[in-house]
Amino acid sequence: MTVVAMQVNGKQVSADVEPRTLLVHYLRENLQLTGTHVGCDTSQCGACVVHVDGKAVKSCTVLAMQAAGALVRTIEGLADGDKLHPVQEAFKEHHGLQCGFCTPGMIMTAVDMLRRIPKPDETTIRHELEGNFCRCTGYHNIVKAIKAASEVL
Amino acid sequence: MNAIDAKKATGIGASVPRKEDFRFITGNGHYTDDICRPGQAYACFVRSPYAHATVDDIDFADALAAPGVILVLTGKDVAADGLGGLICGWLVHSKDGSPMKTGAHPVLALTHVRYVGDHVAVVIAETAAQARDAAELVDVSYGELASVTAVSGAQAPDAPQVHPEAPRNTCFEWELGDKAATEAAFNNAAKVVSLDIANNRLIPNAMEPRAAVGEYDKGTGVYTLYTTSQNPHVARLVLSAFVGVAPENKLRVIAPDVGGGFGSKIFIYSEETVCVWASKKVGRPVKWIADRSESFVSDAHGRDHQTHAELALDANGKMLGLRVKTKANLGAYLQLFSASVPTYLYATLLSGQYDLPAIYCEVDGVLTHTAPVDAYRGAGRPEATFVIERLVETAARELGEDPAEFRRKNFIRKFPHQTPVIMAYDVGDYEASLNEACRMIDYANFPQRRREAEARGMRRGIGFSAYIEACGIAPSAAVGSLGAGVGLWESAEVRVNPTGSVEVLTGAHSHGQGHETTFAQLVSDRLGIPIESVEIVHGDTDKVQFGMGTYGSRSGAVGMSAIQVALDKVIAKARKIAAHVLEAGEGDIVFENGHFTVAGTDRGLAFAELALQAYTGHKFPTSEIEPGLKETSFYDPTNFTFPAGTHIAEVEIDPGTGVVKVIKFVAVDDFGNIINPMIVEGQVHGGVAQGIGQALLENAVYDPDTGQLLSGSFMDYCMPRADDLPSFDVGVTVTAAPSNPLGLKGCGEAGAIGAPPAIINAITDALGVRDIAMPVTPERAWRAANGL
Ligand code: FES
Ligand code: FES
Repeated sequence: MTVVAMQVNGKQVSADVEPRTLLVHYLRENLQLTGTHVGCDTSQCGACVVHVDGKAVKSCTVLAMQAAGALVRTIEGLADGDKLHPVQEAFKEHHGLQCGFCTPGMIMTAVDMLRRIPKPDETTIRHELEGNFCRCTGYHNIVKAIKAASEVL
Repeated sequence: MNAIDAKKATGIGASVPRKEDFRFITGNGHYTDDICRPGQAYACFVRSPYAHATVDDIDFADALAAPGVILVLTGKDVAADGLGGLICGWLVHSKDGSPMKTGAHPVLALTHVRYVGDHVAVVIAETAAQARDAAELVDVSYGELASVTAVSGAQAPDAPQVHPEAPRNTCFEWELGDKAATEAAFNNAAKVVSLDIANNRLIPNAMEPRAAVGEYDKGTGVYTLYTTSQNPHVARLVLSAFVGVAPENKLRVIAPDVGGGFGSKIFIYSEETVCVWASKKVGRPVKWIADRSESFVSDAHGRDHQTHAELALDANGKMLGLRVKTKANLGAYLQLFSASVPTYLYATLLSGQYDLPAIYCEVDGVLTHTAPVDAYRGAGRPEATFVIERLVETAARELGEDPAEFRRKNFIRKFPHQTPVIMAYDVGDYEASLNEACRMIDYANFPQRRREAEARGMRRGIGFSAYIEACGIAPSAAVGSLGAGVGLWESAEVRVNPTGSVEVLTGAHSHGQGHETTFAQLVSDRLGIPIESVEIVHGDTDKVQFGMGTYGSRSGAVGMSAIQVALDKVIAKARKIAAHVLEAGEGDIVFENGHFTVAGTDRGLAFAELALQAYTGHKFPTSEIEPGLKETSFYDPTNFTFPAGTHIAEVEIDPGTGVVKVIKFVAVDDFGNIINPMIVEGQVHGGVAQGIGQALLENAVYDPDTGQLLSGSFMDYCMPRADDLPSFDVGVTVTAAPSNPLGLKGCGEAGAIGAPPAIINAITDALGVRDIAMPVTPERAWRAANGL
């Protein structure tokens, strides 16, 4: 076991975990931040995307130890208090989610995308989403939501 | 906002943003994996690495001694505790009248394993990682046997046998329709068009893997199961009545937020059964979460048909008859709907939208050493639509007729229409959808677009699909006569609180469909109260009186109709109370926009005031009218509903690479009345994406020699990604369903039904080939484009 500390959603946290613990399990099991999901075991689905030091990362593909000392942001820390992030607003407004399981990863991916590419066109958005599966929406409304968010951000 | 504006904004027909979204976009959903019970232990299943083998010995001494391990259980323990097997809910009969044949489906294998991923043992440990580590130490001695994974060859006398009870691996040889009349139609035909059609095997892959937490309360003897289910009450019924894990009154099943189902979360699987059963044995809650790799091998798969189909036509291109012979791969064991999907949910839709006087269909249900095949989005209806729409398109081309015109000529135009295959279509306007789809895709100018594409070296094609489906499943007596083990009604309870807010408890289960919003829209609209005052409760057998669950696009037509009937009862009682309170005759009470008024006066009561009166019981005779305001209903539909429409795909293929690009996809559907257009469109988008996935990308492949699943991860099974798909153009036409009080038909499966033939018809059009197999990978398209 080893103590891993980091800053998550603005709070300093630490937990004693097995060295093989993945960041996603550290967040879900040790910190009870269950908004970050696990949808696969091959780093394909993106349900687990969080931000590590400001960049989108698949938290199922990073050991918790690798994120030691980092600044981590999860879906739970995205809204500013009661004020939703514009990407969250846009997903709701444009029906960019159905079952909601892919949604946290999609939103975290989209926030990172818009940070790097403020005004993406549809082709770019679709290309940028290649690491995220959604089985429910056919992506149509997710693309629409990200486009809409890019216009207000 | 006044009451009327409020109704417009949130009532029936409004695109109300979803009430459930807030928790999902903020990471506050509660899926099964998010549930953490005090002291919970973790289960890991030992699964068969062989497609077919004897289980000779299981040595788990090392596993038991491994760190953190609490218990290891095998099929022997299941048998010792007298648990029953897992069940199929539908009994079909062969042509000769004999009941279908299959072997028992044990919770954990006893003597044999019958597919890769079959359940052999379970290890329960303190942590998930310890359970997994220890599962690898379980030493199973298998005696490997020959296997068969495809329907072709499985029925040969010398083929490896899946179950001794089902000779030649034939579960049933079923038929539907009039054989003699169909033969006669073919004898009189001027032209016969035939195709051999494979409907590729798919893996549903809801993004949330299956999961379960079982918990036993020693004090009360009550078990609680949290699980990823589309139908928690059915799960409870099956677990108590058939598997015998716990009496029904001592078992609570909760299906919390569920991350998509698509049919794969209907069945009551081994894993949740074991979690409930083992929780008493270990005296602690037991949790199991599927890895995606486990989902691939052990979730119900879908489709997998081999079909020979022929269409008989007269000299004018009018359809005379349809003859279909299908072999359906059922996998190694039957699941809840396995027997009905390739029979009653398939052949009954073979008439499509066409006036087809004679149909005869034979279906062999074939057992193989593969994962069980059950309902997957559309369940039988996509397979039927694919058969008929591929044949119709091929016939039009061979007759040199325009595919739209050819369909028009053969459409059913008078309703009700009795097809030769059980279904009585009650209403529809197929030409309206076809015309609208042609307009939306600008069909008239397609030749110009094709020429323009050709100039760029691309092959462009257009493909139609005029689908029909039977939804709103289903009238209980009708499905009972066809072999269903249960009735397919739905239940609802409307509880009006003394403050005028309302809880609706529904037997439908939402796992992405947005019931918390659409059902609330109905209630808000009918009762004239703000949508915020309505709470939809679902997915808990301790709260909801009963329910058949959500599948087969039934929750609107059946589930909401149940709510509507309960609302009628609430309003009827409220009127009686209002008459007493307002000292007027009941006939003079008008209920409008949330107010009870005495006609022609300004005397009235708001809904919330009435609710309080109902609970105080001060102003009406409680000997005649019981206090309180709560009504229930068990609503049984009078017919199936028949959503139908036309989908048109336009594709471009690069003959140099074989890459198929869907340029445009138009879906025009008649779902009857619509509660929330935004949600309905979303359902179409998702369905079409899965349909395009089937046509272009997805394929579950077993190695024919070893029975290994070759497409067992997202690396090998090609799920549609955002850049594989276009944006979709969705339109609607409306003929209200006459069989339910809301006129709803259902919209959840249409996309997956309509899209595959539209795409394949477009590809064959682009390439000028008669047929091409799904999924049309770049390799297949490239070969076809280059005559290879
Ligand atoms: S869980 Fe699928 S990519 Fe991380
Ligand atoms: S909303 Fe269900 S997987 Fe995306």
